[in-house]
Amino acid sequence: MSRTHVTTTVNGERREFLCEPQQSLLDVLRDELQLTGTKEGCATGDCGACSVMLDDRLVCSCLVLGVEAEAKSIDTIEGIATDEGLHPLQEKFLEHAALQCGVCTPGFIVAAKALLDQNPDPDEQQIRYWLAGNLCRCTGYDKIIRAVQDAAQTMRGEAS
Amino acid sequence: MQSFAYAAPETVEQVIAVLQEHSQAGKPAQILAGGTDLLVQIRSVDGSARTIVDVKKLPETNRLEIGASEIYVGAAIPGAVLTANTDLKARLPGLVEAIDLIGSTQIQGRASLGGNLCNASPAGDTIPALIANAGRCQIAGPAGTRELPVEEFVTGVGTNALGEGELLLGICFTPPAARTSDAYLRFIPRTEMDIAVAGAGVSVTLDEKGICTAARVSICAVAPTVLLVPAAADALIGTSLDDEALAAAGAACTAASSPISDKRGTAEYRRKVVAVLCKRAAGIAAERARGSH
Ligand SMILES: Cc1cc2nc3c(=O)[nH]c(=O)nc-3n(C[C@H](O)[C@H](O)[C@H](O)COP(=O)(O)OP(=O)(O)OC[C@H]3O[C@@H](n4cnc5c(N)ncnc54)[C@H](O)[C@@H]3O)c2cc1C
Ligand code: FES
Ligand code: FES
Repeated sequence: MSRTHVTTTVNGERREFLCEPQQSLLDVLRDELQLTGTKEGCATGDCGACSVMLDDRLVCSCLVLGVEAEAKSIDTIEGIATDEGLHPLQEKFLEHAALQCGVCTPGFIVAAKALLDQNPDPDEQQIRYWLAGNLCRCTGYDKIIRAVQDAAQTMRGEAS
Repeated sequence: MQSFAYAAPETVEQVIAVLQEHSQAGKPAQILAGGTDLLVQIRSVDGSARTIVDVKKLPETNRLEIGASEIYVGAAIPGAVLTANTDLKARLPGLVEAIDLIGSTQIQGRASLGGNLCNASPAGDTIPALIANAGRCQIAGPAGTRELPVEEFVTGVGTNALGEGELLLGICFTPPAARTSDAYLRFIPRTEMDIAVAGAGVSVTLDEKGICTAARVSICAVAPTVLLVPAAADALIGTSLDDEALAAAGAACTAASSPISDKRGTAEYRRKVVAVLCKRAAGIAAERARGSH
């Protein structure tokens, strides 16, 4: 088997890895780069647990090939908190108990951040449609929606 | 033994050369655009090794041109880029709403128009909208380039008219004339993330008095391939798109259908629903045509 050498940027840092041509970006992140925050729920594009940003666009990393990451920029859940602390979305997910088992959470946070980065003040319907590709088997979604709304408010600099 | 390989050529000629080399050597090769059909199929239907030929690096498959005499949409452009384009939405609102229905935000980040068409699912959402707008496939291959109407491109469930060494570069449209517009509607049991039980794409042109002078109607998920239904268009042309004309167009769609029964709906249900969708889509297209000058 010939492994391909790939150079890419992950969370702002230059990274290199070797991968099989058919290996998904999700597998590469988890198995080659040890970034296990991104989860696999289905591997068929249905659940959103594997959500990452690829060149600033939200995608399912299970439906991207690792080799496609060459010269691209990837942002994962690991890059969301900063040295100063957790991202408001992460804070609010904790505060609102918007997670139980937590398998869906990285995907929800990456996807919700993508939404808030382009629309700081989405209404509930916009949030629900945007997150329709993220499945959660535990929370019933309501707390997730509240957490995203609250985080959006905080990020807009309004008191909650 | 054949193993998986990946190629991402930067010219159309190179893509054709890779495809030809493989077919001459009897080795499987398959084109990759957004991968939202292909990678799912490799994972859950046929995991056999092949060379994956990525066509996302070609200028021709990424070009989006909304000109006065021609609209060209590159085959590999992700849905998210197309739905964000207000110009395209103003010209072909029905096509853009069909693209927007595909999958989730994440899927939209990758899913392309070319992939939806080449995958040739009977329920492919953009195909009726492409046909209603008289889209023309721009195909490149060893013998040069050729053009094919979208309705002739899909040849069966999951099969298309591309021959050895050929790829789809993009789809061309004649920009809609005055008082011309389109709409696409599908029915799914949920509000998001499902596959059409039935769908209908309609384009209509009205004269100054509101009489329909041209129409195209296409329906999906009610036959092995997406259908152009000339009888439904004929029922609309020459009328003011009154209830009677809309009902006749709906009936023509029902008559053209040969659906299957599955977990999403029975054949009988699909025949009924497709008529309703045709009527409503024609109504929306007419409303838009009245508003466009
Ligand atoms: C969760 C989920 C939800 C979905 N929901 C919908 C939906 O609601 N409606 C719908 O219609 N579809 C849906 N799909 C299917 C899929 O997303 C669409 O069909 C999409 O448009 C495919 O585009 P792609 O770029 O990902 O194609 P790919 O997977 O890259 O390719 C699809 C096929 O076309 C061929 N191909 C691609 N580009 C070319 C080209 N330029 N020339 C020649 N051959 C080519 C490939 O070889 C492959 O056989 C869904 C998929 C998933 C995973
Ligand atoms: S693991 Fe990628 S969508 Fe479920
Ligand atoms: S918290 Fe368990 S799946 Fe969402």
